[in-house]
Amino acid sequence: MFRYYLKLGLLSIRANPALSALMVAAIGIGIGACMTIVTIYYVMSGNPIPQKSEILFNVQVDSWSPDDPYDEPNEPPEQMTYLDATGLYQAGDDFKQVIMFLSDRVVQPEGEDNLPFEIESRATTHDFFDMFEVPFQYGSPWSASADTAEERVIVLSQALNEKLFGGADSIGEQVMLNGESYRVVGVLDYWQPIPKFYDLNNNDYGMPAQLFLPFSVAVANEHGSAGNTNCWKPFGDGGYSAFLNSECIWIQMWAELPTAAEQDRYRQFLDSYVTEQKTLGRFPRDLNNRISNVEEWLEIQEVVDEDVSMLLGLATLFLVVCLLNTIGLLLAKVMRRTKDISLRRALGASKSSLFSQYIIEAGLIGIAGGVLGIALTWLGLRGILNLFSEMDFVQYLVKMDWVMVMSAVLLAVVSALAAALYPTWRACSITPASQLRIQ
Amino acid sequence: MLKMTNVSKVYRTDTVETHALREFSLQVDEGEFVSVTGPSGSGKTTFLNIAGLLEELSSGSYELDGRDISKLSDKERSRVRNEKIGFIFQSFNLIPELNIFDNVDVPLRYRGFKADERRRRIEKCLDMVGLASRPKHFPAQLSGGQQQRVAIARALAGEPRFLLADEPTGNLDSAMADSVLDLLSEINNSGTTIIMVTHELTLADRAKRNIYVRDGQVSDEAPELQLAVAGGQG
Repeated sequence: MFRYYLKLGLLSIRANPALSALMVAAIGIGIGACMTIVTIYYVMSGNPIPQKSEILFNVQVDSWSPDDPYDEPNEPPEQMTYLDATGLYQAGDDFKQVIMFLSDRVVQPEGEDNLPFEIESRATTHDFFDMFEVPFQYGSPWSASADTAEERVIVLSQALNEKLFGGADSIGEQVMLNGESYRVVGVLDYWQPIPKFYDLNNNDYGMPAQLFLPFSVAVANEHGSAGNTNCWKPFGDGGYSAFLNSECIWIQMWAELPTAAEQDRYRQFLDSYVTEQKTLGRFPRDLNNRISNVEEWLEIQEVVDEDVSMLLGLATLFLVVCLLNTIGLLLAKVMRRTKDISLRRALGASKSSLFSQYIIEAGLIGIAGGVLGIALTWLGLRGILNLFSEMDFVQYLVKMDWVMVMSAVLLAVVSALAAALYPTWRACSITPASQLRIQ
Repeated sequence: MLKMTNVSKVYRTDTVETHALREFSLQVDEGEFVSVTGPSGSGKTTFLNIAGLLEELSSGSYELDGRDISKLSDKERSRVRNEKIGFIFQSFNLIPELNIFDNVDVPLRYRGFKADERRRRIEKCLDMVGLASRPKHFPAQLSGGQQQRVAIARALAGEPRFLLADEPTGNLDSAMADSVLDLLSEINNSGTTIIMVTHELTLADRAKRNIYVRDGQVSDEAPELQLAVAGGQG
């Protein structure tokens, strides 16, 4: 009977083209608007490292001013001072920790025709790649000893390797950065965590840096911070070394803590570090240390803007309005077909047969609405891309994947079926005799 | 085979209670051709609707083939309608989007027959009503008489025990009406029981027995007709 109902559904759609088109349009527009926002929300709020998000922790210690909290009501700073980042890194060497900051370098390619260009670089410690599961195309991360020995080694992004070496295996090659020569030890494969959770201070949805080098080398060579830097008291004119010893926050710190016991031990470690620092006259505020796993950190940092959440609510409401319209249109259609319903009842159709027939017809409308919805979602996302084309991260937000496409169709079909329930129930409740004598 | 005993049908609104049938009793035996006449509003269509399980009765009992069908579920009533009863309506009630073949196919689909069996029955019935050459025509392409013949083919396709006809010639001219009645007589002669509601007494006279309905009851006062009302009723 399914094929028969399918045929009847198609015939009915063809017999009422205007009404059917209106229903498909109502569902399609609703789905299109909703899915456009959902797609953006889905990408923005996605878990960038689901397999480890529960055990990777952003580390915060409250070294801020005694007079005011870093953020109301009593939030500790989002980043760390150099003193604390390196102090904790060294004191906690039995924990797996990573410290890092954003900088920039000028790359001087070989050959007279090639002009120097500036890139973002990330100074970090060797465990960065393992902790965040960064994929390598060639080579591997530098070693712990390279960190200690301040070796001039670098890991290139796939894009930079493409630009400098045409995508070839460049392990062992030298790259000139600001007049200093660095040896390539690794080349990353494509890697684009969205959002860029490990550093939310500097463009939540930006590309990862194009080049990675040891933290120790960056500091020894006085690489400045190219990211957000905040200070609660001046650090004088002592140059780079004064900056390192200041209360300015500019370094991100993460720890991998696989068990609850490890997490407790790390909290105690932070508390004892800060308590010790207090004896040295630092940390004027009460103990206020935090560790937050990836999803908590994304929430604390409000990566998904409230406006987007509100838009999502509005888009859902819009879909509901479209569905209410569809219910109205379906009711109108049912009312036009009471004679057909009565006749079929008289010829032996049970209520459940008619219910199946009308639900399948609604499903067909839903599929058509879903397809239109996907097209409109694509158009909506293209529109957003064009509107915000100057912001490079937008291109990563407006990608549709199969999950979203299937979700759109599924949502459309479920919506159409939901919209069809009441009209179909009305249709099935028509007394067979009521319409058969009306001429 | 069809037996109604003290059947009543009451339509209720907030303010009005209308008794369409009152203590209506009737028995129709296998192979009969019964016409039902009566003035407008007398209850003859209500009787036909209840007989065809298109409406539920308010009180009384209704037996079809010895089975009390007044308390059947919707699904069982649909099955009885599909298997035992064929309907012929005044306005033909063909489905305009479906061609002749598919219109006759409708009750067979709900019966669950396989495609071969459906085709065999449809072709046989279309042949019987003289439309075997036009299975792909749509209702709008046929005359009124031809449309009613399609409706008769549809009613016959399931090989029902009963044919219930509600003013089957009401929308036809006299020549077409005659040919449709000839066809009904032929069907009755082959053993199918027919109950036909009509307000035209001349047509009613073509039936083997006439029931006169007045004020929701079977009446024996039908002066212009040779009546053969079931004994003891009215």
